[in-house]
Amino acid sequence: MNVFRFMWHNQSQVLALTLEHLRLVGFSTLLAMLIGIPLGIAIAHRPRFNKPVLASANIIQTIPSLALFGFLLPVPWLGARSDRLAILALTLYALLPIIRNTFTGIRGVDPAVVEAGRGMGLTESQLLFQVELPLAVSVILSGVRVAVVISVGLATIAAAIGAGGLGEFIFRGLAMVDNRVILAGAIPAAILALVADFGVGWLERRLQPR
Amino acid sequence: MQADAAIPVIEFRDVSYRVGDTQILSGFNLQVQSGETLVLLGRSGSGKTTSLKLVNRLLTPTSGDVRVKGASPEGEGDVIRLRRSIGYVIQDVGLFPHFTIERNIGLVPRIEGWPAEHIRTRVLELLQTVGLSADIAGRYPHQLSGGQRQRVGVARALAADPEILLMDEPFGALDPLTRDELQREFLLLQQRLHKTVVFVTHDLREALRLGSRIALMESGRLVTVLSPAEFLRSTDPLAAAYVRAFGEGLESAANRGTS
Repeated sequence: MNVFRFMWHNQSQVLALTLEHLRLVGFSTLLAMLIGIPLGIAIAHRPRFNKPVLASANIIQTIPSLALFGFLLPVPWLGARSDRLAILALTLYALLPIIRNTFTGIRGVDPAVVEAGRGMGLTESQLLFQVELPLAVSVILSGVRVAVVISVGLATIAAAIGAGGLGEFIFRGLAMVDNRVILAGAIPAAILALVADFGVGWLERRLQPR
Repeated sequence: MQADAAIPVIEFRDVSYRVGDTQILSGFNLQVQSGETLVLLGRSGSGKTTSLKLVNRLLTPTSGDVRVKGASPEGEGDVIRLRRSIGYVIQDVGLFPHFTIERNIGLVPRIEGWPAEHIRTRVLELLQTVGLSADIAGRYPHQLSGGQRQRVGVARALAADPEILLMDEPFGALDPLTRDELQREFLLLQQRLHKTVVFVTHDLREALRLGSRIALMESGRLVTVLSPAEFLRSTDPLAAAYVRAFGEGLESAANRGTS
């Protein structure tokens, strides 16, 4: 149990890097939700745009993460601070599952329910906030859950451009050929992913419409 | 507001509706008088549902004018107000699955800002009106049977006491016995409430039973408007065809019994 002894000895650093990791994932997921959910709603209501938007998000997803970090490095304001850059890159990756699930969730609402609501005189915003979103919320959250889990893993690579996070241990361990150090980064990252998965999953079930 | 009796509650004036190159409704003229149940009868694709949706502006006419109480709505606010003053019942019911029955029925009153107590009383009153027990108020739509759900649909449409009721094959998806029951109750209800009803169906039996007048439609045109009694005696080929098909159904069943 060398790993745990190592982590115990370096507990303050483990904690600091975990918090940094959380910050990267948290900010980027939040940003991706702020962009992705309205975008998903918009394309669900205007089917003309769904193909181009989903295709763009898909293409972003296919860019290898290390390459994306590299591409963004020379961008002036972004490149100045590597954590900014990491948050942006993680946001881009988190977009696809969030947009896609929002789109699917809203489109999945029974058309009869929407028609009844509109026919009864709900305004478009009442229809959205009282009918469509509550009925789509668990599908949207399952997209968020996928996004978070992906981000926790991807954020380890952010250490390659100096953005910090648990990836630091992993890269350092690789350089030192020391499994203990690698695991000191990998284990907390795995735990983070599991906790986030469980947490959002719990929320998803709580908000599930009957 | 003078001469109320002279103004039809709903009036189609030379209405046509087109989607792309497809003409769905053309040269449609019809007046619906206060307190009557006008049935739009026709096969699928004849334009009945489209006509109905033009009344509450779920669709906008390509040309012509649909007037409700003498006016046609201008702008978003008008349309919303119009819809809230018209009860709307559809075949798929469209109850909000995440709302309790009480909230489903009380939705329009709630967004119209009625006080909570008032809504509650109204909901209980309506449940009784449509023949449901008060203790289903707290349940969710998926916990009800098809017949109960459609009763809730009717109660929801009546919630804000609209003068007009639009019903799009409301009993079409129900089993024959439940349908019969709901039709009977609809008649009783209509005797008490005297709403102006536009009722869409493809079922002649339902049309004869519920309608004070029957508007027969075919390929986007109004063929004729007749009372149920006139309809049965009509020499119009389409009307006669309906009556014949209806009669033959009963006859052949009876014959099969004897042979």
